[in-house]
Amino acid sequence: MYTEKVMDHFMHPRNVGEIENASGVGTVGNAKCGDIMRIYLDIDENQVVRDAKFKTFGCGAAIATSSMATELIIGKTVQEALTVSNKAVMEALGGLPPVKVHCSLLAEQAVNAALWDYAKKNNITIEGLKPPVDDVDELEHEEEEDE
Amino acid sequence: MIYMDNAATTRMSERAFEAMRPFFMEQYANAAGTYTFANASKEAVETARKQVARVIGAKSAEIFFTSGGTESDNWALKGVAQAYAAKGRHIIISAIEHHAILHSAQALQKQGWELTILPVDEYGMISVDELAAAMREDTVLVSIMAANNEIGTIQPLKAIGELCRSRGVLFHTDAVQAYAHIPLNVEEMKIDLLSASAHKFHGPKGVGFLYVRKGVRLTPFMDGGAQEKKRRAGTTNVAGIVGMGAAAEEANANMEAAMAKVAAIRDHMIARIESEIPYCRLNGHRSERLPGNVNFCFRFIEGEGMLMLLDYNGICASSGSACTSGSLDPSHVLLAIGLPHEIAHGSLRMSLSEETTMEEADKAVDALKEIIPRLRSMSPLYEDFVRNQA
Repeated sequence: MYTEKVMDHFMHPRNVGEIENASGVGTVGNAKCGDIMRIYLDIDENQVVRDAKFKTFGCGAAIATSSMATELIIGKTVQEALTVSNKAVMEALGGLPPVKVHCSLLAEQAVNAALWDYAKKNNITIEGLKPPVDDVDELEHEEEEDE
Repeated sequence: MIYMDNAATTRMSERAFEAMRPFFMEQYANAAGTYTFANASKEAVETARKQVARVIGAKSAEIFFTSGGTESDNWALKGVAQAYAAKGRHIIISAIEHHAILHSAQALQKQGWELTILPVDEYGMISVDELAAAMREDTVLVSIMAANNEIGTIQPLKAIGELCRSRGVLFHTDAVQAYAHIPLNVEEMKIDLLSASAHKFHGPKGVGFLYVRKGVRLTPFMDGGAQEKKRRAGTTNVAGIVGMGAAAEEANANMEAAMAKVAAIRDHMIARIESEIPYCRLNGHRSERLPGNVNFCFRFIEGEGMLMLLDYNGICASSGSACTSGSLDPSHVLLAIGLPHEIAHGSLRMSLSEETTMEEADKAVDALKEIIPRLRSMSPLYEDFVRNQA
């Protein structure tokens, strides 16, 4: 059902944890639907993501996408991190089963929410950054319609 | 491998397998054949009919072979509904029925039947008083499962049967999880129709039966030939039926000992989990429970991750989480017993059989003791919980 990459990131998730006094924290999803992702960002003075950590309540794919998303954004500028899409996370994982595309969207949104928090705290503008979405499922449905 | 998904399916018994073997390449005759060569097939099918009937105190003429539990459930509901449509169009089921019942009843509802779905209490038990209150002049059928597939709760079948009989309402029970596992008697319990499936009691997949008490009318579900007294068409699945008969006989002969053995392992697992893993909840009834059912919710985590890590440890189990149901909602059974979504997502069912050993049970609990803290350490819900505790 899952690719080797997904299994690897589920069995050995990278960057699990919390960051104290994080530059930005984003939590998305809800327990009712069975997945919540929280991403912590440590961003340096040059607006580069020095470190990222995550905590996820959810299925194997949710944990693997959180792990991969943190891997993909560490070392990137906030502007670059913002462009890491759910598709990029999925590709890096070698694909996800169709019912789990939702998880990759959640990861994208969690990063977005953490960046939003960072931008708000520091009163800066990141081009293209949108406020966090409450209902990721709505996004998913839009996505499905696009296909 | 440690197999703890016996509520999903069981390993075939060797005796059942051996009983089936001649009916593939040697005694392959169609049981409807008129020549001598077909006699062995016919006799074997009738022997199996007696074997499965005996387990529930039924007459063999009241057993109709089907393709399994889903067909039996569909047939019972739709067949009775149609046959008794002139008498009334109201059906009562419980909130924790298998989808084969729930969706059959909902299909009837779309066609104009009225449906009452009885709630259950926190242990998954229906109330006979509430059932009595839900019955109407036009109620034709009550369908309440004997034992639940997820949480193992056993319903008060005798009280339900007596109530239905006294009101002149037919009583069907989906006994797929209960048949050949716990004592059932259609006379004592006043059951009019009963569904069972062979692969849940170490028989083959793709075969089951519907018990239909003599005198109960139901329209055929499968139209075609004259098999099963013109009530269920289709070439007789001789090998499957023979395997089911052998498995039923074997399970029935060993039932008391198997129940005691399996329940002891179940209780050991429940006791260990409750004392060794914090923030868990036993789902289902403590005493009125299938001998092989262990079902827990572990707070702050989601079921699929547990299953994957158990699988990594060679342990097969199942969950009622959304990720395993293919939707965003966790199992309707867990919601019906009043669990909030986020707790229902963290459910784990381990279903045992007489082949499960105490050593395997201990290994599974030991594995859970590693897996659950590991998943909790990744969970934002647990993080928040710990923070709030401090």
